[in-house]
Amino acid sequence: MSKPILTIDNLTKRFGGVTAVNGINLEVMPKETIAIIGPNGAGKTTFYNMVSGRMQPTEGKITLDGQDITGLPPHKISRLGVSRSFQINNIFPEMTVQENVEVVLSAYHGHSRKLFNIASRNTGIQQEAVEYLKRLGIDSLKDQRAEVISYGDKRLLEIAMVLATRPKLVLLDEPTAGMTPDETRRTTRLVKSLADSGDYTFLITEHDMDVVFNLADRILVMHRGEKLFAGTPEEVKNHPEVRVAYLGEEDEEVVEEANA
Amino acid sequence: MKTKILMGLMAVVIAGLIAVPWIASYFYIFILTEILILGLFAASFNLIFGYTGMLSFGHAAFFGIGSYATALVLIHLEWPFLACLLVSMGASALLALVIGFLSVRLNEVYFAMLTLAFGMMVFAIAYQWRSVTNGSDGLAGFTLGSFGLGLDLTLGNPAVYYHVVLAIVAIAAVVLYLICRSSFGMILRAIRQNPERVSFAGLNVRTYRLVAFVIAGTFAGLAGGLIAPFLRVASPELLHWSMSAEPVLMAILGGTGYFLGPFVGSAVFVLLETWITSFTESWMLVLGIILAMMVIFFRKGLLGTALDWWLEVKK
Repeated sequence: MSKPILTIDNLTKRFGGVTAVNGINLEVMPKETIAIIGPNGAGKTTFYNMVSGRMQPTEGKITLDGQDITGLPPHKISRLGVSRSFQINNIFPEMTVQENVEVVLSAYHGHSRKLFNIASRNTGIQQEAVEYLKRLGIDSLKDQRAEVISYGDKRLLEIAMVLATRPKLVLLDEPTAGMTPDETRRTTRLVKSLADSGDYTFLITEHDMDVVFNLADRILVMHRGEKLFAGTPEEVKNHPEVRVAYLGEEDEEVVEEANA
Repeated sequence: MKTKILMGLMAVVIAGLIAVPWIASYFYIFILTEILILGLFAASFNLIFGYTGMLSFGHAAFFGIGSYATALVLIHLEWPFLACLLVSMGASALLALVIGFLSVRLNEVYFAMLTLAFGMMVFAIAYQWRSVTNGSDGLAGFTLGSFGLGLDLTLGNPAVYYHVVLAIVAIAAVVLYLICRSSFGMILRAIRQNPERVSFAGLNVRTYRLVAFVIAGTFAGLAGGLIAPFLRVASPELLHWSMSAEPVLMAILGGTGYFLGPFVGSAVFVLLETWITSFTESWMLVLGIILAMMVIFFRKGLLGTALDWWLEVKK
C-alpha cells in the first residue's frame, strides 16, 4: 500500500458566521482521480482555494506528500507540486497560445530569473510548449492570440498550462463548465486519457454527472460545506441520501444522466 | 520585408541623431539632449507601467535623486562623470529598493497612492535638508571635469555633451530592451495580464514586481545623473510629483505597448512644449486636449497608431 499524495485533515473555512467548508477529511492516493461534487455553494471552490493556497484555512491541516502545506502562499504550493485550473478562464489574453505555456515553463525551469536571454529564441522551451499543446490537441492554434480562440480551447489551454508545471497533484475546477456538448466530450476524453496514462493525480470538481461518472475513481459528495458521502461512482449512484439531497432534488436531468 | 524597412528607418534615425551637431544649431542640440534624457526616464518608467502594469506616481524620486547624487559628487569629490553616473544609479537603486519593498505588496490604486506619497516625502526631504541639498535653490555651480575611462572629452561643450548623452542613452536603451525581450521580461508581461496565474505557476509575483521596480528606478537615476549637468542645477523641481507625471504622459503619448513608445512620446512632448509655449502660455491646455484624444481615440499611442496604419496600408 503506497502513501497518500494528499491528506486533508479536518479542513474548515469560516467567513464570519458562515461556515463554507466544515471538517472535511480526504486522502488522495497517487494516480487516483477523485471528483468532488455538490450543488452550487457546497464549498467545492473554497476547498480548492485552500488546497492551492489562495485562501487560509480556519482550521485543519493539508499535507502534500508528507509535507505540511497548510496556509502556504500559492507560488510555494505550486512549486511543491499542486497545480490548478480555475472555473473562469485564467490565461494571458494578449500573448499567443504557445507563449502562455512558455510562461509557465520558464517559471518551472527557473528561466524566469534570466534578464538577458532572448525569450523568443529559447527553442527548448518552445518545443516543450508545443508538446503540451499537442497533448491537448490545440497545437494548431499555437500562434493565435489567446484571447481570440474559442472558449473551449481556452479551457484546454489552461489545462496545458496546469500540466506544464509537472504537478504531483492536479486540481481542475469544473473543466467542462460552459463548454458545448462536443467540447465537453472532447475534454472528458482528454482528461480520461491523461488519467489513464498514470502520470497524474487528479482532483476534479464538476457539475456534469456524465463527466464525473466517466472520470472518477472515487467521488466526494459535498453539501453545505460538509462531506455527505464518499465512495465509488457505483456507490454514489445508489446512495439514497445522495440521491435525495443532491442528485434528486437539485436537478432532474442529472439523475437521468446518472442512471443512463 | 517590413522588419527590414523598420530596421533601415531606425538606422537612418540613429545616423541622423549622430550627425545633428554638424547640421543643426545649438538650439536643436539642447532640445535633442532633453528629449533623449527624458526619453530614457520615460522608458525606464514604462518597464513597470507598460510591461508590468504598475502605475507609479513617484518615479521622479529616482530621477531626482540621480540628479542630486551626480551634483553632490561633482561638488564634493570632483570625480569623473562616469563615476558620478554610477553613484546616481546606485543611489536610486537603493531608494527604489526601499520604496519598492514597501509599495509592491499593494495593487492598483493603492500602489499608485503609496508611490505618490513616498515621492512627496523625498521631495520634502530635498526641499528642507538645506545643509546638503541647498533647499529650494537646489545645487548649482558644479563643473564637469573628465569623463572617465581615459577619454579626453570637453563635456562643457553642448555638442560633445549631446554625443555623450546619445551614447549613454543608446546603451541604456539596449540594456532595457534586452531585459524586455528576456524570459524575465516575458514574466513581467504575464504579470500585467494576469498576476494570479503567474503566482499559480510557482512564481512570487511580489519579488518580480520589486525587481522590475528597482531596475526602472536605477535607469531613472541614470537619466537624472545626465540631466543635472545639462540643466547645470539639481533642484527640488526634478523631484516634484508633477515631474512624476511626465513619464506617464510621455509613455501614453508614444504608446505603452512599444519599447520605443516612450522615446517618441518624449520627442513629441518636448517639441510641442517648445513650439506651443513660443506663441501661447496655455501649453497645459493643449497638452490636456492631446492626451484626452490619445486616451479616447488612440489607445496605442502615436507610435502604435502609426505602426498599425503602416502595416495596414502597406500590405
